[in-house]
Amino acid sequence: MSEKVGVYICHCGSNIAGTVDVVELAKFAGELPGVTVSREYKFMCSSLGQELVAEDIQKQGLTRVVVGACSPHLHEKTFRRACATAGLNPYLMQMASLREQVSWVTEDKALALDKAKAMISGAVRRVQLQEELEPTPVPVNPNTLVVGGGVAGIQAALELADAGYPVFMVEREPSIGGHMAQFDKTFPTLDCSACILTPKMSDVGTHDKITLLSYAEVEEVTGFVGNFHVRIRKRARGVDEKDCTGCGICIEKCPRKVVDEVFEAGMGYRKAIYRPFPQAVPKFPVIDRANCTFYERGTCKACEKFCPTNAIKFDQEDSFLDLDIGNIILATGWDLFDARRLSQFGYGRLANVFTNLEFERLCNAAGPTDGKIVLRDGVTEPKSIALVHCVGSRDKTTNPQCSAVCCMAALKFGHLVMEKTQAEVTSFYIDIRAPHKNYEEFYDRLQDEGMHFVRGRVAEVTDAARRPEEEGKLIVQVEDTLVGKQRRLPFDMVVLMSGLQPRADAKEVGLRFGISCSMDGWFTERHPKLDPVATMTDGIFIAGVCQGPKDIPDSVAQGAAAASRIQGMIARGTVMIEPVVATIHEEHCSGCRICNNLCPFNAIEFLAEKGVSYINAALCKGCGTCVAACPAQAISGAHFNNQQINAEIEGLLYDAVRGNGGAPKPVAVPA
Amino acid sequence: MSDERFEPKIIAFLCNWCSYRAADLAGTARMKYQPNIRSIRVMCSGRVDPSFVLKAFSLGADGVMIAGCHPGECHYLEQNYKAMRRYEMLRHTLLAMGMEDHRLRLQWASAAEGNVLSAAINEMIEQVRALGPLNWPGLWSENGGHQAAIERLPHEHAEALEVTA
Repeated sequence: MSEKVGVYICHCGSNIAGTVDVVELAKFAGELPGVTVSREYKFMCSSLGQELVAEDIQKQGLTRVVVGACSPHLHEKTFRRACATAGLNPYLMQMASLREQVSWVTEDKALALDKAKAMISGAVRRVQLQEELEPTPVPVNPNTLVVGGGVAGIQAALELADAGYPVFMVEREPSIGGHMAQFDKTFPTLDCSACILTPKMSDVGTHDKITLLSYAEVEEVTGFVGNFHVRIRKRARGVDEKDCTGCGICIEKCPRKVVDEVFEAGMGYRKAIYRPFPQAVPKFPVIDRANCTFYERGTCKACEKFCPTNAIKFDQEDSFLDLDIGNIILATGWDLFDARRLSQFGYGRLANVFTNLEFERLCNAAGPTDGKIVLRDGVTEPKSIALVHCVGSRDKTTNPQCSAVCCMAALKFGHLVMEKTQAEVTSFYIDIRAPHKNYEEFYDRLQDEGMHFVRGRVAEVTDAARRPEEEGKLIVQVEDTLVGKQRRLPFDMVVLMSGLQPRADAKEVGLRFGISCSMDGWFTERHPKLDPVATMTDGIFIAGVCQGPKDIPDSVAQGAAAASRIQGMIARGTVMIEPVVATIHEEHCSGCRICNNLCPFNAIEFLAEKGVSYINAALCKGCGTCVAACPAQAISGAHFNNQQINAEIEGLLYDAVRGNGGAPKPVAVPA
Repeated sequence: MSDERFEPKIIAFLCNWCSYRAADLAGTARMKYQPNIRSIRVMCSGRVDPSFVLKAFSLGADGVMIAGCHPGECHYLEQNYKAMRRYEMLRHTLLAMGMEDHRLRLQWASAAEGNVLSAAINEMIEQVRALGPLNWPGLWSENGGHQAAIERLPHEHAEALEVTA
């Protein structure tokens, strides 16, 4: 084996060079067997650094390259490209993570150099055994699946459809619109939420490139980027979408009233056959079988009697739809933090403690009170309202994160209260977070309008009066941190600004689509700064709050960003599949079939006529579990084969004292 | 015998999706941990062939860590469970062969758990440091029960390898 290895040690400014003696390290590398060139350079990822590699490949005839720099997750692509431009197969390059795993985490400089030497030695041994690999091009299906019909999903679907590509939108609820459809006004412009959202919703409903599947869920996802197969369960609406005209007579005639826990947040009623709201898209109603008299007792059928087109189908069953999809956008949104979990605020126990979502419905002209802000009795107008910030946000006992929207929503509530009532509004905040365009100005405006602000985290909301003026009121106990005093302030109404949290089933959904969640449950993006809408799974994108708390403009921006990423892939037409896959060498395979059951992607099949197993490279994701399991070592995992990994172990332990009959080991005195 | 503190050498197999990223995160967040760990990136903890672990020990590693995604969070759906089974099998075998516990460790660390990984690394280094260098042959002969251990091996092996048809 006579490979010519080039080793390049990056200073990363002082990030690496400040801790690791890079000159000494390069000298060490230069003496390793197989190494012909060893250099250190200020910034290897700069174009000059990359040219250095390319030049050495061409002039010195390097056949292997090792870059000791940052994590391969950051710059592996960069250096692979640099090799490719110089004519070297990109898979003949190996990185050693000297920054993330050595200089940034090690204090002792001498030990850092030792560790860096071991890592370079491992990479140098390994790289000499690496093989040329070629990615396989596969076609990209132009269909896109958008999961979730909130504002992020709507934006993504419209962008793609307007570009001429087919979109399938799956929405779990009977109508698209998401949380934005529940709001009255949007901050800081005070645009009517429905007025700006409903035109987009009806665009989705009528677009010839968009197939809207509401009241439906994705059951199963198989395949890979560009070539997913998706099974969708369309839940039985009880209404035939072909015949229904959306006239709404069935809803009018339905005798059964039910508390609407979803759209009206428990503040209003709907019928047993219902549309969540009048502008719902699609316009077709849904029969809520759990509450319909017919499903309970077998009689009624009022809706069926009055339906002018005979669209009511009581015996309709869930149907399934199998689709071929190229790319998927998850825009599954968020759940509201359950304020009952913080019993000190009294929600669920004290009638006039509301959540922010309930208050949105109270303010909304199309809501249960026609936009009148009243107490739970439905008639009394409050004279004083407290807005309690950070309920289930910035709280280590519940959610440590900032929910990003509640401060601005509270300011909006303040404005709406003062516009609609005579009430005094007081906000109890930790910090007012107003970081976007015109947000700070909106905060200024509310201060001018006369909203009160008390800086301090509320300790308790109680109805136990201590003074006569507190009788019949809700008392907010708070430490005013600007004055430095405990205060008790009486109010008629308290609104808890509940935080945003991940969907209860986010983990399960993530698993179904093969993407991961962070510890708190938000979907994990490929890179938190530079790649916020892609995920670790090619072809699966995320947009909106399912990735982390954000407001409407940010959700829209992410929806559009995900759509444009997909447009790029469709426009190119093919996608390159990583060649890191497993292969079975037939001549060594005994046909024991141990590997067959190990693959969760069903990539391994048994060829009965040959008596051997076979791996479908297009389905293989390259985990290597079968490689490790094969008792005959008949399976090899490209780029991670046994020889390569063993060589890396040898290199990493270049300075270790061999055990088992080798030189006697020094015996340490335990500290 | 020297007064110098014993610096163990520990090989860590980190899966590409969770634990290698946890290591990236520990770096980005400048969480300091002891430098006695030397890592190998594999695509999945399920790729770790028990022979790699034995190889590392035979080449003088004082400890081996296998790190992967939390159960249920594997990028390849369930392959970390296979790593778990192999780990159990290997641990039984190594213990039966006279190796001390703590020299082989299975650690779950998600991409968001740089702190968990770095704490686990520090803990393991301290444990292995306390054990001293791996002195396998010595222990083997000291261990009077080795014959029994050898006899127990095939059963444990079969148990751990059990594959449902």
